[in-house]
Amino acid sequence: MQPDAAALPRGSRLGHAIGQNIGLILAGAILTLAVAGFLMVYSIEQHRLPGNFELTSTVNNAIPLVFAAVGQSFVVLTRGIDLSVGGVVDLANALAAVTMGKSLGGALLWSAVILAVGAACGLVNGLLVAFGRLQPIVVTLATLSIYQGLAIRVLPAPGGAIPPAYTNLLVNPNAPWALVYIGLLILAWAAFRRSRTGVDLYAIGNDEASSRALGVRVLRTKIIAYMLDGALAAAAGLFLAASATAGDATTGNSYTLTSIVAVVLGGVSLFGGRGSAAGAIAGAFITTLIVNILFFSHVNPLYQSFYEGVFLIVAVVLGGAIGGAIRRRQ
Amino acid sequence: MTAPAIAARGVSKSFGGVKALTRASIAVARGSVHALVGENGAGKSTLIKILGGRIAADEGSVETGGPDLRIGTVFQELTLLPYMTVAENLLLGREPRGRLGLIDRAAMPRIAEAELAGLGITHIDPRALAADISLAERQIIEIARVIMARPQILLLDEATSALVEREVAWLFGQIRALRDAGVAIVFTSHRWGEITSIADEITIFRNGTDVGTFTSIGEDEAITLMTGQALETIFPARGAQPPGPVLLSLRGARAEGTAPLDLDLRAGEILGIGGLAGHGHRALFFGLFGAPGFREGRIEREGRPVRITAPWDAIRAGLALVPEDRKSEGLFLPLSVRDNFTLPILRRLSRLGILRLGAERATVAESIRRLAVRTPSAQQPVGALSGGNQQKVLLGRWLLTRSRILLLYDVTRGVDVATKHEIYELIAGLAREGYAILFYSSDAEELAHLCHRVKVMRRGAFVAELPADALSAEAIVAAAMRESGKTEIPHAA
Repeated sequence: MQPDAAALPRGSRLGHAIGQNIGLILAGAILTLAVAGFLMVYSIEQHRLPGNFELTSTVNNAIPLVFAAVGQSFVVLTRGIDLSVGGVVDLANALAAVTMGKSLGGALLWSAVILAVGAACGLVNGLLVAFGRLQPIVVTLATLSIYQGLAIRVLPAPGGAIPPAYTNLLVNPNAPWALVYIGLLILAWAAFRRSRTGVDLYAIGNDEASSRALGVRVLRTKIIAYMLDGALAAAAGLFLAASATAGDATTGNSYTLTSIVAVVLGGVSLFGGRGSAAGAIAGAFITTLIVNILFFSHVNPLYQSFYEGVFLIVAVVLGGAIGGAIRRRQ
Repeated sequence: MTAPAIAARGVSKSFGGVKALTRASIAVARGSVHALVGENGAGKSTLIKILGGRIAADEGSVETGGPDLRIGTVFQELTLLPYMTVAENLLLGREPRGRLGLIDRAAMPRIAEAELAGLGITHIDPRALAADISLAERQIIEIARVIMARPQILLLDEATSALVEREVAWLFGQIRALRDAGVAIVFTSHRWGEITSIADEITIFRNGTDVGTFTSIGEDEAITLMTGQALETIFPARGAQPPGPVLLSLRGARAEGTAPLDLDLRAGEILGIGGLAGHGHRALFFGLFGAPGFREGRIEREGRPVRITAPWDAIRAGLALVPEDRKSEGLFLPLSVRDNFTLPILRRLSRLGILRLGAERATVAESIRRLAVRTPSAQQPVGALSGGNQQKVLLGRWLLTRSRILLLYDVTRGVDVATKHEIYELIAGLAREGYAILFYSSDAEELAHLCHRVKVMRRGAFVAELPADALSAEAIVAAAMRESGKTEIPHAA
């Protein structure tokens, strides 16, 4: 067929790349702004630029959310949502505190077990969603309570202990070594994106019925997404326990909402099929930096969530407007 | 005769309590094109899904001429994934692998481009998102994807519904090449000209079963078999009533992608808008309806300027839009026929904020009767009706809102012949009653027979106006194609 006279000129490669990654680009822009805002507030307050200590503590503060948000993005990409993330973080945190003991070897062994427990929690979600044909929001709302309950059962009062060597390995307080884990996470994501399951995940989020007609393994892929999500949420719990050097079966609760916030800020569409883990990671850092900025601005901690909410709305509205304008111009 | 490549024998299928197929049979030989013809709801799509293995028959059997024959199906509902690129869609499930067995995403556009070029498609960018290309282009990609899988049996369900002539010619070229290579092809279409030009055999369906298979059959006879009754003519007589006052004028109205447009639409007139898909018709219709509004220029309603920046403005000005994509741009599919009719006029049917159920029931019954909506009851969800009947409900809703200006945008696309006939009668009747009707259709035949005059759009501008005595499908197509200094004739006759 000859080109239709009305056919638009082809977009340039760059144009397509921008148009199709607009969410990620915007997340990067917001992250840049958040970093700049933090540098400004910090240097005004402390009369110097933040150094290694601030970088390390920011990374270590962010890393549980990074893992939880990446986990959340797997499920959101299938057009689902996982409210049980907080429960899994709690459960992993509690299990770590009561099992790890004193030796690093034992702690690592238990880490593997706890990650498997997280994946099992995800498996339950996935089976209920895929085979039970239940709405993800209902399933994970229920399992959130169940996993939180299990966590309290494991660790009724804050306590337990994490071996210091484990803390140094995961969230070294002296240097931002934890960035290595984020690098590994991005590599793993890049490989996943280029696997059969990765393609299927996006296809399902685009259109589940069409995907089924095209031979995509819908049930299997959904279950895998929830399992990866569960394992990553458990990893978030391990980082959290390592940071606190002890366990608390309730500190993870907030990760349900913050992981969703991070995913949204990172440009992952809640309607599925669009976005990436890189965006979720950016979203996690933005969320963490906002907390830092509020802290150094001496905002009353009681009002912190108020400002976080305002910021989320402003970011999403502005992001949507800018993204829409750019797409229209193309 | 050699064993057929694929055959259905005595196949029945019910959905809920509705019988879609009753002991239907067809047999398709290798290297032949077999057309299934029938009204919407006659069971063609169901049979295609059963042949393709998408759904299982309740009784009867499907036999193929050999084990492991590859069957490719182009479904009526497009299955492209909107936020994946054309290349990702084309290569889904057979992505190129690079290092470590990982998918080589960088190579995909190149491969897709080469494969598309092999099928003679060079105008669709494999890097574009499926959501960003036109409906016709999506349909072409859908077809290309299935052909690329090298099927030995190819099932095409309404694969031409969004295509213009040139694109249909491309598809038929592909079909002929596949047929000559021994592929068995099953094909459904509502366009009779297409069917006779490509089909080796025609099986006619009525009420869920096959009522005859022919190697050649005239259209009248086919329609009689399809509907069980003779249709005198498909198109109603064009009313020659004197045009009424001008109800709507455009002066220099420019939408995104169009030139400034002028037109006058009179009461009692069906003004056709013709031309090839993608030349600004949609921008004109949706501009009039404020979705989004025009960027510049004036709209006058009976000589008074009106501002239309949102559909709400258009509705208040007495304009009504019936779009082609009724599912996403007009109807509430899960709601009942009744609710779909009365949602915009609930206030009128209420007293002191309380809905008068009797008045509502009477209004809905009257609308169902007037529009001849075929529905078991007013409580039926609109999504369960056939496409043509959905279209009638949408049209009927606007008639209830007392809109006087109807913008009908390709309303008969994918609608069966008998329902098309009813819609034509309805439109002609509305014009006689004094409605002003702006009518776009991708079917030039329809424009030529139904409209009092036709304005042809090309590249976002009106390039010709054909009065009633100069109207023919050929004249419309010629005007749409003509361009000074550059011949652009479709390469199929």
